[in-house]
Amino acid sequence: MQISGAQMVIEALIAEGVNTVFGYPGGAIMNVYDEIYKQNGFQHILNRHEQASVHAAEGYAKASGKVGVALITSGPGFTNAVTGLADAYMDSVPMVVISGQVPMSLIGTDGFQEIDAIGISRPCTKHNYLVTDAKDLPRVLKEAFYIARSGRPGPVHVDIPKDVTAQIEEFNYDIELELETYKPNVKGNPRQIKKAMDAIAKAKRPLFYLGGGIINANAGYEVRDLVQKTGIPAVETLMARGVLSYDDPLLVGMLGMHGSYSSNMAMSETDLVIGLGVRFDDRVTGKLSEFAKNADVIHVDIDPASISKLVSVDYPIVGDVKNVVKDMLEQVSKVKSEKYESWRETINEFAQLHPLTFHEDSQRIKPQWVVQRVGELLGDSANISTDVGQHQMWAAQFYPFSRPNQWITSGGLGTMGFGFPAAIGVKAASPEKTSINFTGDGSILMNCQELMTAVEKKIPVINIILNNNFLGMVRQWQTLFYDKRHSETDLSVQPDFVKLSEAFGGIGYRVTTKEEFDAALKDAVAKNVVAFIEVIVERFENVMPMVPSGGSLFNMMLLEKKETK
Amino acid sequence: MTENSERRVISVIVVNEASVLSRITNLFSGRGYNITSLTVAPIPDSKYSRLTIVTSGSVRVIEQITKQLHKLIPVLRVYEHADLVEKEMAMVKFPITENLSDINTLCEAYNGKIVNVGENVVIAMVTDEPRRVDHFLGAIKRYNPKEIVRSGAVALER
Repeated sequence: MQISGAQMVIEALIAEGVNTVFGYPGGAIMNVYDEIYKQNGFQHILNRHEQASVHAAEGYAKASGKVGVALITSGPGFTNAVTGLADAYMDSVPMVVISGQVPMSLIGTDGFQEIDAIGISRPCTKHNYLVTDAKDLPRVLKEAFYIARSGRPGPVHVDIPKDVTAQIEEFNYDIELELETYKPNVKGNPRQIKKAMDAIAKAKRPLFYLGGGIINANAGYEVRDLVQKTGIPAVETLMARGVLSYDDPLLVGMLGMHGSYSSNMAMSETDLVIGLGVRFDDRVTGKLSEFAKNADVIHVDIDPASISKLVSVDYPIVGDVKNVVKDMLEQVSKVKSEKYESWRETINEFAQLHPLTFHEDSQRIKPQWVVQRVGELLGDSANISTDVGQHQMWAAQFYPFSRPNQWITSGGLGTMGFGFPAAIGVKAASPEKTSINFTGDGSILMNCQELMTAVEKKIPVINIILNNNFLGMVRQWQTLFYDKRHSETDLSVQPDFVKLSEAFGGIGYRVTTKEEFDAALKDAVAKNVVAFIEVIVERFENVMPMVPSGGSLFNMMLLEKKETK
Repeated sequence: MTENSERRVISVIVVNEASVLSRITNLFSGRGYNITSLTVAPIPDSKYSRLTIVTSGSVRVIEQITKQLHKLIPVLRVYEHADLVEKEMAMVKFPITENLSDINTLCEAYNGKIVNVGENVVIAMVTDEPRRVDHFLGAIKRYNPKEIVRSGAVALER
């Protein structure tokens, strides 16, 4: 079949089973957009900023487990997309981002809307390509999808000059890939797995340390099985929320900087860390030399470079966590659950000593209450996206997650403005669930133009803005570590969020009481339209517990004890 | 926490394609690793090139360097050499008025000789282990070298 480069892009996307593409047209990518106009193999969602297109593709990928796709133009279109690429790279999100480039004859001449796109995307993608001949396009696109979703997933960027999208060549997508330099190891070494299982059977206080790699590997239910059959308690990272259900008695909680007291103490007391799809991020470990100090470490990860990067590992297992956990399950009879009874009891005592909670206030709604309340009202029926800051931590701490892929957040890069476009992608991927975005009065303004996208495409995302008139997380650090000098974090001057939503054709609510909140949320869910629910919350609430940056996990600042009425 | 930093020679076999060298150097600069020297040339009769990188770091850093290099898609193989033959070339330009027989004798001690004679300058070349090239460059200082160029090391496992 002789077709143009632009048609090849369309054919490849259809062959890959893509049904939703996010993007924004422009000069260098116009040939491809011309073909989009003519096709009906997939839907295109027009975001109102390229950064949002990439975040929406991330949200789509995280909720569906499929490769997200974004399409953008050269120059500023591409540079706008870089934040999304970096975000996806840090969180290992499978994604293919296709950008237009100036024609080959103009490359290197400082042409209009020219930028060295692959030079910029190199450090924030798993791989990238500049396609200089349409003959290469079928192979490059096929490789891009394969690389994005295999091994440790990640974003792949394909930059295509305008004349290459016009070039007519033979198209054949039914080709065998020959990637002799890229062969991810998916099967764990059986000897290592046996050694690890023996170590687990011998340990007195083992602890599962569950990470986002489990979600990427679609291994949530296998891990649930392993945890349940071994009776070993488990802590989750921010990215792993939902691997275990909130009501699983073996789930201790989230660990790390804003982890629960019991999780961080369990990690400090354990004698065997069983890390599955984790990367020992600094927000998780705190001071490295004190992290799980008396423990041996099992580390299962698809990426060999993750192993012993920060913490020396005693039992390294390179492989897909789903395969490895299945192999572990075959030997699970070695592990006797009763043996850990007193360890489970110790952890329960930690949890009773300092439970994860907050103090209610008669004057103003507490942000944690809002999260809890949404959990009570919507629970499993909602997918939860967030922006970045205090609201994100409260959502991670207090929402009752019941399944993998329910929780979509920007973990590694910590990108404000991620939540709303991501929630659009989430809703596109799983329309049967309510798509909630917990956000703050700071974050929401970083991509609020997506109101237009959501309204136009009738994608009813409900944004719950926890408004404390502050850039709350930075304010919290200023309060605690900068002697209350609240430099440039006071957001007292704000838009009217209700009118803002209405101006784009959404609906808006401003609530100051719990009754109003219940009514607004129920109304927004029933109306099934794009909504902003602005909740006026306590201004100076801090996220607790907190491990100060660089401190040891067991040295937490805790919620002050208060007489309960 | 200071760990002992040691010099290591790493060879990397890569697919010979556009921008592969910048992938490698970006990795070093982005992750804060050192490059002491780097040489690269195509491997005859293949689609691959071979890079020889001299670097330094703690055992953990060197392990990370090899793993991160291997993670790059066009990288076929990474060798961290333990037992190797390592050579480096240096060329030095001297004024022709210097004592040429002294210079030639020194060059010979370091597997080299005078390779070019011009109207005003001569060019000498030596090929030896990098440490011995250091010695050579120390020894010829008194002959007023005008220009010195070193190639960076190449190495093969024994």
